[in-house]
Amino acid sequence: MKGVGIVLVSHSQEVAAGLKAFLRQVQPSVAVADAGGTETGELGTSTFRIKEAIESVYSEKGVLVLFDLGSARMSAEMALELMGEAAKKVKLADAPLVEGAYAAAVEAGCGSDLEKVRKTAEKTKQWRKLDG
Amino acid sequence: MEIGYHAIVKWIEKASRKIQEERDYLSQLDQAIGDGDHGVNLARGFTEVDQKLKARTQPDIGALFQEIAMTLLAKVGGASGPLYSTAFLKMASRLKGKETVSLDDLAQALLEAVQGLKMRGKAEQGQKTLLDVWEPLALNLANRREDWSWEQFCHLAREQMEKTKALEAKKGRAAYLGPRSVGHLDPGAVSSYFLFEALAQIMMEEEEGR
Repeated sequence: MKGVGIVLVSHSQEVAAGLKAFLRQVQPSVAVADAGGTETGELGTSTFRIKEAIESVYSEKGVLVLFDLGSARMSAEMALELMGEAAKKVKLADAPLVEGAYAAAVEAGCGSDLEKVRKTAEKTKQWRKLDG
Repeated sequence: MEIGYHAIVKWIEKASRKIQEERDYLSQLDQAIGDGDHGVNLARGFTEVDQKLKARTQPDIGALFQEIAMTLLAKVGGASGPLYSTAFLKMASRLKGKETVSLDDLAQALLEAVQGLKMRGKAEQGQKTLLDVWEPLALNLANRREDWSWEQFCHLAREQMEKTKALEAKKGRAAYLGPRSVGHLDPGAVSSYFLFEALAQIMMEEEEGR
């Protein structure tokens, strides 16, 4: 059974790829795609790379997109707009990239639906790292 | 006054040339308050737009703007790619299938572009962004009176661009600088000024030619 897919958007190709490798170790059953950097691999984000990444892990269960800073949100939103109808099953997470992706992967690995995976990812905004 | 497809192409060519000439200046402005790549990014995008213009045959202004939007989206990294792309996409849907447009059509298209920019950037006028140029100009064209002229439109563009110097940035990387962003022009407002300056210049040439 295929679960919710996860897409990692970062300004850095290495950040997104590294995080993907990390998630694979945590939860190998979850489909994760990375969309870091521009089309030429420079620092930045690319709407078309994000769209391709979403499509590569897309299923009826949906896809959660996590992103880092600045233009990443705009590029991700445009990717969804270009997808048309299929974008209904894709959600952006308002969450820190690393913590959110980690929590989302664990939740998706349990077979939860898209809404649950998104909420779990977004809860990581409240995670306390010190005095916990 | 009707504006034909070829005048629109001349506008974009002129804007593109200007942005490429001013590439280093735009990047310098961006080094002061952003991540320093505005000129390089936009120049790369418009170089590609030039190629696309050469290959076009069908005189449809909406389709032209659609192609510009997708080209800028693909080639311009950073925030200015999605922003300029959204503006051109909104204009494209308004001007779909048109070989000529009236000033009212253009004004409506610009107003929709402004709505698109606000939605995409989650910004309002006065926050030291390209909206500080786009919104007053769209409104100026939409609410023009009998004594309105392209020359005056061009002056307004410059004035609005220069006003961003005194503003404190509320959006994008510059917002992290807070009050330290005051005293610098917003690079997106400057590139937008180049776009509208080119529009006014081409339209003045067109008017003289008649």
